[in-house]
Amino acid sequence: MMLSRILKTALRALRRNMMRAGLTALGIVIGVWAVIVMTEIGKGSSDAIAKTIAAMGANTLIILPGTAASGGISFGVGSVMTLTPEDGDAITRECPSIWAVAPVVRARTQVVYGNRNWVPMSIYGTTPAFLEIRDWTNVADGEAFTDRDVRNASKVCLIGQTLVRELFGGSSPVGKDIRLQNVTFKVVGVLAPKGANMMGMDQDDIVLAPWTTIKYRVTGSSMANVNQSAAAANSSTAVNTLSQIYPNTQVSLYPAQSAVQQADTPLPVRFSNVDQLLAAARSSEQVQPAIKQISSVLRERHRVRSSESDDFNIRDMTEVTKTMSSSTTLMTRLLLIVATISLVVGGVGIMNIMLVSVTERTREIGLRMAVGALSSNILYQFLVEAVLLCLLGGAVGILLARVSSVLVTHFLHWPTQASLGALVAAVVVSASVGITFGFYPAWKASQLDPIEALRYE
Amino acid sequence: MQLIELREIRKTYYLGEVDLPVLNGITLSIGSGEFVALTGASGSGKSTLMNLLGCLDHPTSGEYWLDGREISHSSSNERAQLRNRMIGFVFQNFNLLPRTSALENVIMPLTYSHHEHTEHENRIWSTDLMERVGLGDRMDHQPSQLSGGQQQRVAIARALVNRPKLLLADEPTGNLDSKTSEEILLMLQGLNQTEGLTVLLVTHDPGIAAHARRVIRLHDGLLASDSVQVAVGSDGPPK
Repeated sequence: MMLSRILKTALRALRRNMMRAGLTALGIVIGVWAVIVMTEIGKGSSDAIAKTIAAMGANTLIILPGTAASGGISFGVGSVMTLTPEDGDAITRECPSIWAVAPVVRARTQVVYGNRNWVPMSIYGTTPAFLEIRDWTNVADGEAFTDRDVRNASKVCLIGQTLVRELFGGSSPVGKDIRLQNVTFKVVGVLAPKGANMMGMDQDDIVLAPWTTIKYRVTGSSMANVNQSAAAANSSTAVNTLSQIYPNTQVSLYPAQSAVQQADTPLPVRFSNVDQLLAAARSSEQVQPAIKQISSVLRERHRVRSSESDDFNIRDMTEVTKTMSSSTTLMTRLLLIVATISLVVGGVGIMNIMLVSVTERTREIGLRMAVGALSSNILYQFLVEAVLLCLLGGAVGILLARVSSVLVTHFLHWPTQASLGALVAAVVVSASVGITFGFYPAWKASQLDPIEALRYE
Repeated sequence: MQLIELREIRKTYYLGEVDLPVLNGITLSIGSGEFVALTGASGSGKSTLMNLLGCLDHPTSGEYWLDGREISHSSSNERAQLRNRMIGFVFQNFNLLPRTSALENVIMPLTYSHHEHTEHENRIWSTDLMERVGLGDRMDHQPSQLSGGQQQRVAIARALVNRPKLLLADEPTGNLDSKTSEEILLMLQGLNQTEGLTVLLVTHDPGIAAHARRVIRLHDGLLASDSVQVAVGSDGPPK
C-alpha cells in the first residue's frame, strides 16, 4: 500500500473524530510548546547572562609587559617596558579572535577642581576602544573623547560618578576644567555608573583620558626621560650650569654627524611604551584561540627567539568564564529534563487514547481485515495516525510557542531567542513520541482476529 | 470446474482442556454462478463454515479448493489477499465506517487491493456501483443518515467493488424489516442472474433461504440436506 494512501486513510480516520484527535494532540501541543518556549526563554536569558558577564569583562584579556630579573631577583610584572600601542594595532589587525584592543597608561595622582581635591583609584590613559571593551559606551552626560583627541594628546577627560560626587557635589561637570598634577583637563563627559567590580573595587572612581595626554603630559615619562642617558645628560648639564653663561645650552661633546654618518649608524629608536593592553575576544569560546594568536603576534613583533620565554604576560578571566559556561550548561540540562517529562506525559496521553480508539474501532478493524487489509496495513494505519497526531500537535505547538515567545518579549520584556535547534528537536521528538507510544496500540490492533473483531459489540 | 470444493473439512476449537468439534467432515462443492443458502439452527456450525468459506479462518483438517487452488494451509496474509480479490462480504449489521460518506465506504476495500487503478478510476467504478444499487443520489450521505435498507445496499456495493467471484451474505436481512428484506434479497438474486455472481446466503430463516436455488442445511457440524429448489426466480419465492 502506498504511503499516500496510508496517509489519506489515517487523515480520514482522524477527521472522523476531530474532537478526540484535538484533545489527544493537545498533550503534544503543550509539551512541544513548553519545550520551545522554555528553550527560547532559557536561551534568551542565558544569552543575557552571558552578555552581562561579558560586560563584567569575561571576554577581556589583559596583556602585561614582561618581567625583568637580575641576579635571580625578579622585579615583577611591568618592570620592563615592552608593550607599545603599535602592538595593540597589530593585534587588532592580525588576530581574528580579537575585535578590539585598547592601550592603557596608568597614573595615580591628585585631581583638583576649585577648592576640592580627590585621588581617584584609577587614572587611565587610553583610547575610545577602552569604552567598547568594557561595554561602557553609553556616556551618562556629555560625550566620549575621540581617536583624534588621542592623536592630538588633547587635554580632555571622562570622569566616573564617584568623581562627580566628590569634586562637583553632583552638579554637571561637563565643560569644566579639572587639574591633574597641574595639567588642566576639560571634562567632556561623565561615565555611566558601573558600581563595584567582583573584587569590591569601585569602578566609578576613575578618570579616562587619551593615553598620549596622560603619558606625555601627566606622568611625564615621555621619550626624553624614559631614556636614562638623556636624563643623565640633563643632570650633568644641571651640574655644569655654573660654568655656563646661558643656562640650558648643552655642550656638544661630539662633532656633528653628517647625514651619511647618521644613516650608517642609526640610533636605537625609543618607542613609547604603555602599561598594559586591554583586548576583547569576540566571544568566550574565542578566548583561548585569542591568547594563542596574541602570543604568536607579539613574539614575532618583539623578535623573541623560540628558545626564549615571552616578554609579556596574557591574563584571562578564567574564573568568570567558567562560571558562565557552567551556568549555561546547568540551565540547558534543566530544560532538557523538563522537556523530556512533558513530552513523555504527552506520549502517554497519545498511547491512552490510541488504545481506547483501537478498542472502539475493533469492528472497523475486523471489517478492514475482512475486505483484505493485511495486519501490516492495520499496524501502519494506526502508527501513522499516532505519528500524524504528534506531528500536527508538534506543528501547532511550534506555532503557539513562537507566538508566545513574541508576546513574552513584548509584554514581560524577557529576552527570548528563536532557536532552530529547538524547532528541529521538537519535530523529531514528537514524531518519535508518536512512533514509540503509538506502536503498542497499533500492534494490538494488527493482532486482532478478524472473526472476533467483526463480532465485537 | 467448481468454484468451491470442500473435502472432509473439520474444525475443532481447543478450549483449554476440552476439544470442541464444530465441523465434523463436510464435503461439498458449489459451482460458479450458483445461489446457495446455508441454513441450520444456531450451534449447527454454519457460522464456522461461513468463516472458513470466507477465508477468515482455516480448517483443522481437510481440503478447501477455491477457484482451483487449495488454500486450507495458506498464511493469514495470503488469506487476506484472497478475501480482497475473490470474496465480497455483506454482514447482518452492515459494518459501515461511521462518519464516512457512503461513497468512501464503497471505495475503502480498493485501498487494500494490489492492482493499480488511479484514484479517479476507483471513484468512477464506485459511483457506478452506487448507482446500480439505486443510491446514486446518496453518495455523500453518512451511514447515520441512511435507512437500514440503504445501508445494506451500500454494503452490497462495497462487497462488489473488488469484482469478487463469491458474495458471502451473513444474515443480510437480519436487521431489516420484511419489505426491505425482500428488496435486498431481490437485489442479490438479480446480481446472481444478471452478472452470474456466486452468492452464498447464510441464514437461519427458512423463508429467506427459500429465495436461493439450492439450500444446504447443517446439523451438528454435518451436512443434513442439500436440495435444489425449482421454480425460483426473480419474481419471488414460491408461496
